[in-house]
Amino acid sequence: MDAGRKRLARYADVYAALWKNSVLREMAFKVNFTLWIVVELLWFALQLAFMGVVYQHTDAIGDWTKWEVVLLVGISHFIQQIFQAFFLTNLVQLSEHVRTGRLDFMLLLPVNTRFILSLRQVDLGGFVNAASALAVMGFALAQLGRWPSLAQLCGALVLLAAGVLIHYALMFLLATVSFWTVRAQGIVWGYYSLFNISRLPDAAMRGFFKAVFTFAIPVLLVANVPARLLADKLGSPWHLALVLGLCLACQLASEAAWRFSVRHYASASS
Amino acid sequence: MRKYWQVINIGIQNTLVYRVNFLFRVLFGFIPLIALLSMWRTIFTDKTGEIAGYTLSQMVSYYLVKTIVDALTAVSEDDWQIAADIKDGHISQFLLKPIDYMGYRLCLFGAGRIIYSAVALLPVAGLVLWHRADFVIPSDLARWGWFLVSLVLTALLQFLISYTMALLAFWVLEVSTFIFILYAFEYLAGGHLFPLDILPPALFRVLHYTPFPYQLFFPVHVYLGRVTGPELYQGLIVQGIWVVVALVVARWVWRQGIKRYAAVGG
Repeated sequence: MDAGRKRLARYADVYAALWKNSVLREMAFKVNFTLWIVVELLWFALQLAFMGVVYQHTDAIGDWTKWEVVLLVGISHFIQQIFQAFFLTNLVQLSEHVRTGRLDFMLLLPVNTRFILSLRQVDLGGFVNAASALAVMGFALAQLGRWPSLAQLCGALVLLAAGVLIHYALMFLLATVSFWTVRAQGIVWGYYSLFNISRLPDAAMRGFFKAVFTFAIPVLLVANVPARLLADKLGSPWHLALVLGLCLACQLASEAAWRFSVRHYASASS
Repeated sequence: MRKYWQVINIGIQNTLVYRVNFLFRVLFGFIPLIALLSMWRTIFTDKTGEIAGYTLSQMVSYYLVKTIVDALTAVSEDDWQIAADIKDGHISQFLLKPIDYMGYRLCLFGAGRIIYSAVALLPVAGLVLWHRADFVIPSDLARWGWFLVSLVLTALLQFLISYTMALLAFWVLEVSTFIFILYAFEYLAGGHLFPLDILPPALFRVLHYTPFPYQLFFPVHVYLGRVTGPELYQGLIVQGIWVVVALVVARWVWRQGIKRYAAVGG
């Protein structure tokens, strides 16, 4: 018990040092930092504009009205930005570590390798953009004239965290493929393609692909379930359990893939 | 001319070095398309008839033809590579060799498109077959001809705009933000997400004063037969003018850039 607490304290110390490092790094390139925030804002506005145009010509997509979809796009963006803040840059770099053999060095560090690989760098811009997503979510809820109850807010919070973790596990799984393919751009593209789906209302997908993106690659649930919860249109509480269960399944799958990959790692250096 | 054939050959081999990465990219690229097609089908089931002058068939065909045009003409990694060439000093060797850098890049771009289209052929064919009941195929040869002309102009315009954008690397260290901002405009105003003529008419007209619709939307519009007669010829002429303007600007920016170029890392 005591050893466990000591270990936790040590990891907290390491993580604090990583944060400090990241802040210093971001402050060194201030213009670049600001420009990236502009880029993300622009893409967010673009997604909202797309839905705006679609709803000029229809009143609903399935059972989703305009402001419910705005809420959904906001939630999806929020999850994406928090994921980017903590994980994205690190996961993208994994293939470079494999290609250059720098992974050797990380395997030797006296900390859990997956911990240091996943959390080394923090992208602070992600938090700024997550705030813009929160603002849009709030505005959409106001337009719907709905104030979620405390229980719904707590539930949404848990779902958002689960969503971030689902994306982390999926991206990590994709990134471990680079142990064999070495190049990662395809993986980053794959990731952006998947996020394109999480922004869409679940009613837009049907049949085979709906099943694939609900159960096999659960990106469709990630933003849709919290949006339904906040908009008070959740069919059954089973959806909550489904998200949490799939989140757990994704974590297990990515851990298995990671262990398998490391076992097959043939260092590129030396 | 032969040296440029060599470049195309090199480009093809380079693309094939990282095969799995490439395959990933092509296959994952179809996920958003499937989602968008599915979304429009859902919207059309609740609304019978037309949406902004589009029947379900035309809407489905728009996205499928858009994908084909995109596979044949879109710049994929060329702009990043050009920026990296400048940043790392690799272009020094082109200044010494009897080969034109823009011509060299154009060949690599062509090679990349050939391979990409070849790999994308199978999934695209699958998607078209899947939606065959709603896929519009023009019956008159003239429309096919104008579509091909417009397709070539689109490819040139895409290449020249990205090339010029990448040349910004002569002035700034980090061009990726600028490239992503341009991507965003191309994505929305080029017609990637939706056919531009479902926009409010005033906005649609304004967009035609920018090059964006001619980077993707216009050839698809020609294919679907939604632009005919004098409007078609006028559109093709404007597209041609944009290509010439982009070429002149690209050459000019290159000359200015070379004057500043300091061959970092030689």
